[in-house]
Amino acid sequence: MTHPSDTGPAPVLALKDVAKSFGAVRALRGVSLELFPGEVHALAGENGAGKSTLIKTLAGVHRPDAGRVLLDGEPVVFHGPGDARDAGIAVIYQEPTLFPDLSIAENIFMGRRPRRALGRIDHKATRAATVALMKRLGVDLDPDRPARGLSIADQQIVEIAKALSFDARVLIMDEPTAALTGSEVARLFGVVRTLREQGAAVLFISHRLEEIFEICGRVTTLRDGAWIASEPVDGMTEDDLVRRMVGRDLDELYPKQDVTPGEVALSVRRLTREGVFTDVSFEVRRGEIVGLAGLVGAGRTEVARAVFGIDRWDAGEVVVDGRPLTNGAPSTAMTAGLALVPEDRRAQGLVMDMSIERNIGLTGLRTTVKAGLMDRGAERSRALDWAVRLQVKYARIADTVNTLSGGNQQKVVLAKWLATGPKVLIVDEPTRGIDVGTKAEVHRLLSELAADGVAVLMISSDLPEILGMADRVLVMHEGRLTAEIARTEATEESVMAAATGRAAA
Amino acid sequence: MTVTTPEQAPVAEAPRGGGARLVDRVFKMRELAILAVFLVMIAVTQAGNSEFLSEQGVKDLLLNGTILVLVATGQSLVVITRNVDLSVGSTLGISAFAAGTYLHGGGDPVIAIVLAVLLGVGFGLLNGLLVSLGQVPALVVTLGTLYIIRGVDSIWVGSRQITAADLPGSFVDFGSGGVSAVPWLALIALVVLVATAYYLKHYGSGRELYALGSNPEAARLAGIPVRKRILAAYTFCGGLAGLAGAMYLARFGNVDSSTGNGYELTVVSAVVVGGVVFTGGSGSVYGAALGALLLTSINSVLPALGVSSVWGLAINGVLLLLAIAVDRIVAVRVASALKRKSAAARTAAAQTPVQAAQSSARTTVRKGDAHDA
Ligand SMILES: Nc1ncnc2c1ncn2[C@@H]1O[C@H](COP(=O)(O)OP(=O)(O)O)[C@@H](O)[C@H]1O
Ligand SMILES: [Mg+2]
Repeated sequence: MTHPSDTGPAPVLALKDVAKSFGAVRALRGVSLELFPGEVHALAGENGAGKSTLIKTLAGVHRPDAGRVLLDGEPVVFHGPGDARDAGIAVIYQEPTLFPDLSIAENIFMGRRPRRALGRIDHKATRAATVALMKRLGVDLDPDRPARGLSIADQQIVEIAKALSFDARVLIMDEPTAALTGSEVARLFGVVRTLREQGAAVLFISHRLEEIFEICGRVTTLRDGAWIASEPVDGMTEDDLVRRMVGRDLDELYPKQDVTPGEVALSVRRLTREGVFTDVSFEVRRGEIVGLAGLVGAGRTEVARAVFGIDRWDAGEVVVDGRPLTNGAPSTAMTAGLALVPEDRRAQGLVMDMSIERNIGLTGLRTTVKAGLMDRGAERSRALDWAVRLQVKYARIADTVNTLSGGNQQKVVLAKWLATGPKVLIVDEPTRGIDVGTKAEVHRLLSELAADGVAVLMISSDLPEILGMADRVLVMHEGRLTAEIARTEATEESVMAAATGRAAA
Repeated sequence: MTVTTPEQAPVAEAPRGGGARLVDRVFKMRELAILAVFLVMIAVTQAGNSEFLSEQGVKDLLLNGTILVLVATGQSLVVITRNVDLSVGSTLGISAFAAGTYLHGGGDPVIAIVLAVLLGVGFGLLNGLLVSLGQVPALVVTLGTLYIIRGVDSIWVGSRQITAADLPGSFVDFGSGGVSAVPWLALIALVVLVATAYYLKHYGSGRELYALGSNPEAARLAGIPVRKRILAAYTFCGGLAGLAGAMYLARFGNVDSSTGNGYELTVVSAVVVGGVVFTGGSGSVYGAALGALLLTSINSVLPALGVSSVWGLAINGVLLLLAIAVDRIVAVRVASALKRKSAAARTAAAQTPVQAAQSSARTTVRKGDAHDA
């Protein structure tokens, strides 16, 4: 444990021996943390390690069961998020917390708006301040449009703008970069550096280790709710950090098995959805993992949705195991053996207030219904089976899904679809926002499924993941398939060239 | 392999963009649509019966609408916070009788009105406390208070009745008088309406009502005093129901233990027809007021056209379903328009190749793992 507490300035914000439990789950046990002015401090740990809980304790959302929160060295009790904010603590939570009906400007300044005479809101000043913030972040979002319908990345940007909108002494960010593109992250880091120079303390969570090494001075690691270490980042290697987080040396991150592809399982022919994607044709064979690469917005998710029948297509054909699918009918796609693990698990993959077992059971309703009644026993045993196979970390299988950490939620989504025994599995950004340990597990699982003869189509913006896992790489650019690259020829350069439309495919 | 240089992409000054205009337009349209339906209905009736828009006719139209407009205004605030107050009918009834009893005993009209409002405020506070403290849906809680207040009212009132003869002349005159065709009561309702609309748009706490109806969890995280706001909305709603009770007394002069029975359903219909979304977060009190006006005038239009008034209820129902259907369709359209807009913006933003290469570089996780094929 090395920190400059004896010499330099006092910590602005600190936790001392904090414990917090949710029922039987001990999310934090005896965790201490000190944030100094002018430092960017990383918080590392696997999914479920307690990072978000720690942040919510600092933000006044949770009250610690034991231990203290110290502000400028003095013990404080935050009675709610408002108290923490008034103390100068800005928080970007892991899940966006926007008001869909209100404008972006209102979202940013909710609760702290510029005022005119008689306490009225100064709408003009609010708007101008929003425009200035957007400029500072280098994005082009209309301050007057409502937050409804914003992409996850744009929601995240609004969250960041919200946190920057007041002169915070402490900025806390829970995985702010999970959905952002490279240039957006670079801009965010520029802003973070400025804040650091102005003397703010920044607490930063990310599963992208290289981001931690890039911007953070010190790192605190948590494992299973326990404090493991607080140390300077300098002199550490990524492997050191992973070992702290996981508690062991990590197996291979891309455990791809060699498989000889079987017959064609999924065949997409000249699929077109006007204005979204055009003339998309490809095949996925049994046992194959086909990567679908491209920039965010290239139309990959939209193709997956159309193939699965969520959106209608305007022309073309989708054939599974030799049988054409009906346009716009997810139920026939499911019957044909297709499964889709969506990108936005909160909105599309899970019923957050329902139990883990019911969520896993949702897709199998037809097989676990007996004489019109649900067979709860069958549902439970099937859910347990998959939860165990995927090593989901939960207290009880009857707990609601929203109590799980992000990586475990993703496993539940996977379990839900794997429980249908699919022939063709489409996964959209399967490891976004997931820690390295869980990521390796998901990769192992995909590889095993392929080895069992499942045809896998993997959409991913994580290039190393595509290169490490795919037998073949398809690349999309502006709604068209621009390249098909064999595993042996796929490199970052060849894929990116096609993704940006620079290659003669 | 990490990126450190934030490159300077040209950033356009954010224009007052299509998204907001689109939504603005939809909501203005929503209110304009009700206004149009209302005006067409009046015009048709006038064409069929030229007596309809006489001075007395207009006055009746406004008087009938006034009380519903008041209660609907209060109800809108509650519905905007993703709650509902079903006890407004009972509150209206008991405040009307209380004010009547007080006046019958020789009380002052102004104090009688204040008394009715205070009584309503009291019941509003009760509702607000129960809803904001208990983790029970507002629908159930206020259904409970609906019966409790009605029960208390019945026990207290029994078979008694207040009639116009029990009331001072000045109070009755206030109920029927006005500036030419515009009754005093309508003016009061208008003032309340405009003030409420202004408050909702221009005050932080007003916007917070929308925020907490739009996403309650986010409201909590934003430090909005959720309980306090809900309590305030219910109190305001109760107060207006009380005021409406006093007005009911002034207008009709006739109150018994069943006054306001079933009124809550009319109020909720008016609010929903007026475009206040039942799941909270959006809608305006002007819309609700127009909805109230529309629903009440149907009851005047039918007799004027010689149609049996039994059709009134069925027509109300059809309007309600129509309103919900239209809202649903519009919401889906707007949502997909907004999605398209944001997708377009992103594609445009993601175009520069440099940027793309950077995004690839950034995602390298562990050296040496990627190319183990
Ligand atoms: N509100 C809650 N109710 C019950 N359990 C919770 C709640 N919040 C978090 N947990 C549990 O606490 C543990 C830590 O979760 P979290 O802090 O979200 O981890 P991290 O952010 O590091 O992924 C997990 O096991 C999670 O399931
Ligand atoms: Mg977390």
